[in-house]
Amino acid sequence: MILIVLISILFLGGLLAWISEIFDPAFPKVVAIVTVAVELLLMLTLLGGVEAGSPDWHAAFTAPWLPRFGIGLHFAADGLSVLLLILTGFLGLIAIGAAWNEITERVGFFYFNLLWTLAGVVGVFTALDLFLFFFFWEVMLIPMYFIIAIWGHENKNYAAMKFFIFTQVSGMLMLISILLLAYFHYVQFGFFSFDYFDLLNVTTSGSVELWIMLGFFIAFSTKLPSVPFHAWLPDAHSQAPTAGSVILAGVLLKTGAYGLIRFAVPLFPTASMQFAPVAMTLAALSILYCAKVAFAQTDIKRLIAYTSVSHMGFVLLGVYAWNEQALQGAVMTMLAHGLSAAALFMLAGGLQHRIHTRNMAEMGGFWPRVPRMATVALFFSIAALGMPGLGNFIGEFLALLGAFQSSIVLTAVAALGLVFASVYSLWVIQRVFHGKYETGKVDDCHLLDLDNREMVFYIALMLGLVWMGMYPQSFLALSAGPLQDMLANSQQALQALVQN
Amino acid sequence: MLEQIWLLPTFPLLGFLTLVLTAGGLPKRAVAVIGAGSIGLSFLTTAIIASQFLGSGETHFVHSAWTWMAVGQFTPGFTFYLDGLSLVMMLIITGVGFLIHLYSTGFMIDDPSYSRFFAYMNLFVASMLMLVLADNLVLLYLGWEGVGLCSYLLIGFWYENPANGYAARKAFIVTRVGDTSMAIGLFLLFSQLHTLNIQEMLAGAEESWAVGSGMAVAASLLLLGGAVGKSAQLPLQTWLPDAMAGPTPISALIHAATMVTAGVYLIARTHVLFELAPTIQLLVAWVGLATLLMAGFTALTQHDIKRILAYSTISQIGYMFLGLGVGAWSAAIFHLMTHAFFKALLFLGAGTVILSLHHEHDIFKMGAKRKQLPVAFASFLIGSLALAAFPFTSGYFSKDEILLAALEVEGVGLWLWIGGVVGAFFTGLYSFRLVFVVFFGESRGHHDAKEEAGPVMAVPLMILMVFSLFGGWITIPVGEVFGHAAEHGEAHVSLFMHAIMIAVPLSGIALSYLFYGSKTLSVERVLALPLAATLRRFWFSGWGMDWLYDTLFVKPFLWLARINRADIVDGIYTVIVAFTRSAHQLVIRSQTGSLRWYAISVAAGLVIVISLGVLL
Repeated sequence: MILIVLISILFLGGLLAWISEIFDPAFPKVVAIVTVAVELLLMLTLLGGVEAGSPDWHAAFTAPWLPRFGIGLHFAADGLSVLLLILTGFLGLIAIGAAWNEITERVGFFYFNLLWTLAGVVGVFTALDLFLFFFFWEVMLIPMYFIIAIWGHENKNYAAMKFFIFTQVSGMLMLISILLLAYFHYVQFGFFSFDYFDLLNVTTSGSVELWIMLGFFIAFSTKLPSVPFHAWLPDAHSQAPTAGSVILAGVLLKTGAYGLIRFAVPLFPTASMQFAPVAMTLAALSILYCAKVAFAQTDIKRLIAYTSVSHMGFVLLGVYAWNEQALQGAVMTMLAHGLSAAALFMLAGGLQHRIHTRNMAEMGGFWPRVPRMATVALFFSIAALGMPGLGNFIGEFLALLGAFQSSIVLTAVAALGLVFASVYSLWVIQRVFHGKYETGKVDDCHLLDLDNREMVFYIALMLGLVWMGMYPQSFLALSAGPLQDMLANSQQALQALVQN
Repeated sequence: MLEQIWLLPTFPLLGFLTLVLTAGGLPKRAVAVIGAGSIGLSFLTTAIIASQFLGSGETHFVHSAWTWMAVGQFTPGFTFYLDGLSLVMMLIITGVGFLIHLYSTGFMIDDPSYSRFFAYMNLFVASMLMLVLADNLVLLYLGWEGVGLCSYLLIGFWYENPANGYAARKAFIVTRVGDTSMAIGLFLLFSQLHTLNIQEMLAGAEESWAVGSGMAVAASLLLLGGAVGKSAQLPLQTWLPDAMAGPTPISALIHAATMVTAGVYLIARTHVLFELAPTIQLLVAWVGLATLLMAGFTALTQHDIKRILAYSTISQIGYMFLGLGVGAWSAAIFHLMTHAFFKALLFLGAGTVILSLHHEHDIFKMGAKRKQLPVAFASFLIGSLALAAFPFTSGYFSKDEILLAALEVEGVGLWLWIGGVVGAFFTGLYSFRLVFVVFFGESRGHHDAKEEAGPVMAVPLMILMVFSLFGGWITIPVGEVFGHAAEHGEAHVSLFMHAIMIAVPLSGIALSYLFYGSKTLSVERVLALPLAATLRRFWFSGWGMDWLYDTLFVKPFLWLARINRADIVDGIYTVIVAFTRSAHQLVIRSQTGSLRWYAISVAAGLVIVISLGVLL
């Protein structure tokens, strides 16, 4: 029941925020932040039910929706979902903080879209009916489209449309796959069902399984994103308002990774194992290629966007290595990158807000002008390049450690990403903060250091990364059970196949 | 008290946090007390732990703070491992480290970013202590990357000059190449031995791998990759000379005494692996030899006082690698320690010279400075004597042990020994070239400079002088760590060989006197010889390695980045869009509104469809 509450609060809070604008334009953000704060608190209560290391489902809710087709309102959360839910709630708060002063037009509608996107994400992380899952997959897309298209920057319509088409086309492929899977369930068991646990029992084989799996894979790896489906991301990020980027990089990308872990591999264990070398190659390619492209960018948001693709490569690598270390690495990377990318986009957004440009060629020598901002930027750049002691390292190290056990060559290639990450991260610091400050290069009358409100958000993100880096066990323990369970199930499926 | 070993990295870490959180708001005096005091506390703790540990007679002590992560069999912890080897390293890091911090409180006093400097320095010491105390390779890697980060931050400390930023990034990225090799090594070790706990891993390797087995070779080679990066050995040595862009005390601490010797520590710590892979162990010796010669030649041609010392550091670490490669584990660590004394002394002395001469680095603009800069002169004289292995100074004992061990190696031993001795000759030559040019002869600039060395700067120098002179009599408690391997006989070596080893460095010093002291011989005349100038240019450039890497890696990468700035993958989608658009335009044209045209189209379509049906 609590999961229904979680989703409804966001839907209702969004509507309320929109309506409240009629009374005062200052209301929507207050409504939004209160809504998300309550949401986060409720999410934290979920922790009470989750036992460390257990694969059990909690707070399950089932109700019929379209019984004729076996479609039900089936929600539940295990340790993995809970981790991602808390990430969503936490970054939701951060995003509202980022939007606080930046969004001044159509405020009500903005927070409506923001909360509805979050509602979609919460639905995606908890839906255990594939039709329902698809419904929420679409729910998070449309408000995000509006966020980019209405509150974005100079080229917002192009970026929003690109984002929409990529997600929509790949989503359609997934819908076809879902329908096919339900159809095969009908063929094998005599009734329709879209329920996750029913569909797990469907046995398809050979090229059929591969094609259906590809529908899921393309949808998820477009969202992740992975080369060659990443082209929408740099545009969407550079054009989106800061809060949009925070949600996009911090949360929406993770739905792709979640989909791979929860659906793409467990539903099609054999096809996935056959496909793993291809996926891992794409992952290694994403890591290196996008790191290289990132380095070449002059638009700071575009640069960070490409680094996101590069880091998500470690997630893809970890998922398709499909062993415990690799999967835990993928999950930790999702969490840590969620925080670090959110912070980096906020910094880039903050800079743009202050000096009205994202072009790094016009920046330089900002350190003495904005020492707090420089220190914070240094921290998150260092986190992003995988410094041990911070969360990103744990994720990437575990992902590589696990991946090494399934492919030595691809892991060695992917590990080069560690070198490239330091190349572009340190370059950003050099380009923006180091060097000598030249007056008159940018319009610097608003180039003020981070204020206390901003510092609160950054410090929260920093503490999160230090926590993940120094005692990742708090997080690993939650996801361990579900991941081990999935590993065991797919192992069984593979063994059964061998015996047949 | 041994249980309190966690305090060691904690003091500097707290110092770092305090300095960062106050963000430069503290008065300089308070910063100095916190910055240097935290290291002083660590040193005191180390001293107490050392006396208790050595008194207890135990071979090792393990203290676990908490489990870092537990994923399947992978369970590294924040666990500290204390034995003779880590004890020696701890004493060097906190002892020499404290002296350098003390010196820095005077050296950096006029810098506006005083607090930031000590924050980074403290973080460095904390990371370095983690590195040597780690009981597992993941925690070691944490320290390893941490010191690399601090090295980056401190090389680029004066960030206004883009050249410093470049040097800092170069240092970080070049060592990261090595670090990545090391990381892959860890993955390999874990995949084969299912643990990264150092002692368990070594025991497992001994149990399951035969001597010379492929896995042992691969694993030790990958770890060696990490070691050559951090310790600036061939082929990853190019970053260290540029790293001199940082303030001089950090060159003393990071780029001479501690961090750059981390590679030596790593190999010594995992020496069992290298013994299982004799080819790689021998490779370590050859890498060391090649580096020590290359860097020795290069040092001879440099003008910048710090670059000379940097190449000298590379060269001396080459000796340590040579020692490791021939199995003289304890001799290598012994040289690491004596080198920390005399090289810290030389760098801090250089700092005093540079500070007193208004940031002058060119030795040929100095001259006759022994009266003006007495403390610096004494530092350089003693430091250089130790560096050149003058009999009975600290450097003499340690270098002697390494060369003797090299001689013991079957087959190539004599060659390694000859190489090492030639290197020793050049060491004498270049180190006293520096002494004669800077402190003797006629003054070539800065005639009225006065030595700027208050007591906080002079006292550390004097303590280091004592250790540089007499440090050779210290016995390091590493026998237990290296077990049987620590044994090597000196008895078999003839008196003749001993005489050569004493005479060669002295002749280097003598030759340097003839060139730069008495001027009996003329450098110009040597340079006039055919090829000499070319050779000098080649050596001066560090054997063209920078150029080589620039051409092989940096330029192609920049070129690739530039031509693909717009991301060719995005181009594919642009083509799809363009195609759709033009098709759209094409179809629009057919929509003319003319009924006749539509009728013809329908009729033609019918004809085509029917004829297709008939034909097929």
